[in-house]
Amino acid sequence: MSLRIHQDHSRFKQIVRGKIKSNLRKYVQKGEMIGKKGKDTIAIPIPFIDIPHFKYGHKEQGGVGQGEGEVGQQLSPGSVQPGDGHQAGQGEGDHSLEVDVTLDELAQILGEELQLPNIERRHNEKIVTQKIKYTGVNTTGPESLRHFKRTYKQALRRQIAMGTYDPARPIIIPTREDRRYRSYKLQELPETNAVIIYMMDVSGSMGDEQKEIVRIESFWLDTWLRHQYKGLEARYIIHDAVAREVDRDTFFHTRESGGTMISSAYKLCRDIIKADYPKSAWNIYPFHFSDGDNWSADDTRQCIEMLREDILPSVNQFAYGQVESPYGSGQFIKDLREAIGDSTNVALSEIADKDAIYTSIKDFLGKGR
Amino acid sequence: MPKSLTPGLSKLKEEIEGYARQFGLDFFETIFEVLTYDELNMVASYGGFPTRYPHWRWGMEYEQLSKGYEYGLSKIYELVINNDPCYAYLLESNSDVDQKLVMAHVYGHCDFFKNNFSFRHTNRRMIDDMANHATRVRRWVDKIGVEKVEDFIDRTLSLENLIDQHAPHIRRNPDPKRAEDEMKSNERVEGFKVDREYMRGFINPAEFLDSQRKKVEDEKLKAKKFPERPQRDVLMFLLEHAPLEPWESDVLSIIRDEAYYFAPQGQTKIMNEGWASYWHSTIMTRRALKDDEVIDYADRHSGTMGTRPGALNPYKLGIELWRDIEERWNKGRFGKEWDECDDLRARRSWDKKLGVGREKIFEVRKHYNDITFIDTFLTPEFAIEQKLFVYGFNEKRNSWEILDREFRKVKNKLLQGLTNFGQPIIEVVDGNYENRGELLLAHKHDGQDLKGDYARETLRNLQSLWRRPTCIITRYDNKGVLLRFDGQNHTEKKIDL
Repeated sequence: MSLRIHQDHSRFKQIVRGKIKSNLRKYVQKGEMIGKKGKDTIAIPIPFIDIPHFKYGHKEQGGVGQGEGEVGQQLSPGSVQPGDGHQAGQGEGDHSLEVDVTLDELAQILGEELQLPNIERRHNEKIVTQKIKYTGVNTTGPESLRHFKRTYKQALRRQIAMGTYDPARPIIIPTREDRRYRSYKLQELPETNAVIIYMMDVSGSMGDEQKEIVRIESFWLDTWLRHQYKGLEARYIIHDAVAREVDRDTFFHTRESGGTMISSAYKLCRDIIKADYPKSAWNIYPFHFSDGDNWSADDTRQCIEMLREDILPSVNQFAYGQVESPYGSGQFIKDLREAIGDSTNVALSEIADKDAIYTSIKDFLGKGR
Repeated sequence: MPKSLTPGLSKLKEEIEGYARQFGLDFFETIFEVLTYDELNMVASYGGFPTRYPHWRWGMEYEQLSKGYEYGLSKIYELVINNDPCYAYLLESNSDVDQKLVMAHVYGHCDFFKNNFSFRHTNRRMIDDMANHATRVRRWVDKIGVEKVEDFIDRTLSLENLIDQHAPHIRRNPDPKRAEDEMKSNERVEGFKVDREYMRGFINPAEFLDSQRKKVEDEKLKAKKFPERPQRDVLMFLLEHAPLEPWESDVLSIIRDEAYYFAPQGQTKIMNEGWASYWHSTIMTRRALKDDEVIDYADRHSGTMGTRPGALNPYKLGIELWRDIEERWNKGRFGKEWDECDDLRARRSWDKKLGVGREKIFEVRKHYNDITFIDTFLTPEFAIEQKLFVYGFNEKRNSWEILDREFRKVKNKLLQGLTNFGQPIIEVVDGNYENRGELLLAHKHDGQDLKGDYARETLRNLQSLWRRPTCIITRYDNKGVLLRFDGQNHTEKKIDL
């Protein structure tokens, strides 16, 4: 059923997304896209548009509250929301509610916000995994699967029937025949396996801000792909002049220095794919982030060759994000664009600053591959 | 879309309405409609009306309400509009005890709408007028284009709070004195009366006559200045004097009408919510509750009454204050004798068994608004009992904290927050500022500075309606400042006040 309000609602959403009425864009208030990530939940503020009025500065205002507490005691953050006072009708004073949503919901919101297509899986029915499903109870089975409650009941029933049950001394001794075991069936489930291979340039020119961008962006990529594939694997590669595989924590926190040889990372990526992720069974997503300042044209040529020959044929999508660093933005993305820009499974994106993350995510995930 | 009441619900309605009448509530006929939650969210987004002109901000409200509902954070219980007949909405999925509570609450509101003086001049056919407004705006949208109309609405919304909340109660006639002055100033300047013709040159020398003439001219010029007196109803001023297209003034007048319609609800929030809560509580606990409903009711009721340290809950403050008034008048705790008694023990056990509490609160609900209500009935004892405090922002610690529990300060802060809806008072001072057709507003500074970036943006929106530069006089850090926007640039200059 369609309500009249939906027209206004979608118009509001369009404004928030910046599709229409860019003059209102400056009044849109939104929190940071990444929120607190504790125990799989995250807080996302709801965007709202604040039309300017003549009004008092919030901090000037203060107000009257109610409750316990000594003079001088701090109020818990978030508890103070001086209302507009002007809100007609029902008392909705406060605007930015913080809501807790699960990562899965977050991914849905992300998909909806960016209008991301669902990913078209490559190897949908090819691989099957077997999954154990407990379906019933049997009289035989391994002791580890013994159903204690059923066994007890069975024994109790037998003893009562035999007249050996004494309520005053209720001892139940199950015999072999009383034992009951959980029985299972093996189910064959089609499974889609997916792996993300993150590569990041950690050469001297990648500063903390650039890493922060990569971190935020990979969080969202991760969230979205996890929403699409259950059991997503992730591998992390860092490189300067040489590449090595690291764990997640190191990936985001290392700061190396030195030159940049992107080919080293691609070589490692290729080897990982070859060794662990056969193309026929896996959906593979390499993401590479760099400031695009490669060591030499020669190295770049090697990279492109490797991409053409080995990587592109075996992956769902290869994505390259070029983060702008204080030293400017490098040549690499242009080279890639010229060489392989028109391949269908390549996504290239330039990320100028934090605000550009939004569009960049769209660049990467908008193809639905 | 709205369903009529099920037989079960209409029986409940009859029951509750009966109790409400027994208690002496006096209300317009009240029509309940049953809605699903997204319909209810829609109606709530429209400010309680089934239809409004098309605008994204209803969508924004809807986004908040529906997300709040979906994540289980908030739920609208009661929604009632001031209209004759009153319309109120029930959420389809509510349990019977919820529905009863909502109905009882709604009858409280309806009684308040009908009897409180603040609502006397509100439009009781607003539900029709809102629909007409919607049609008018839609027609303009068809004619002028959605972008243009919506942009205009956005700008006027920026000025929506610049109304004179007392206007509906006062007829501001053109000043009769002015007409008189006009007559006088048209007379020739004669100078003093001269008995002997030869003395004329001495009694009324030429310079003197000239200066007199000049004075009259000056006064005339002053009279030409408009508005004659500072005008709070900025929207009205714009309607009368800004060079608006016909469609623009039509839309502006719609925005203004609706702002005035909602104003009394802002002026009586604490009283009104408190009154409705007082009555749902009274009706439910004295009459309507069945034994098996008590827990659910208590849960709901305490949910509405919950307080947070940093926000005042009008439901809670209101109901407690009504109960306090009732008790005081029941026990005779008022008047000279009570005020002069400073024996604490005597005060505590004071009970003259007057029993006029109920009568008193009915009278109060007629003649007060939030400001006079708080001003008259908030007592030091009440403030202590309710643990009221003043909070403020501590710049050093970068956090909000409790500043004071002293009664005077609490009360003043409360009243300050209620005056003009807690919004700055802004007036039009001059529609022909500097004789250049610029619009000059003045902010009546009461110790709180305006939010600067918002003020500038608002000036910009105002300028787009006025077409000529717009200015506002205010103070920052206790120094006079004139903010000006000329259509291109913002300027700021110091002035002496």
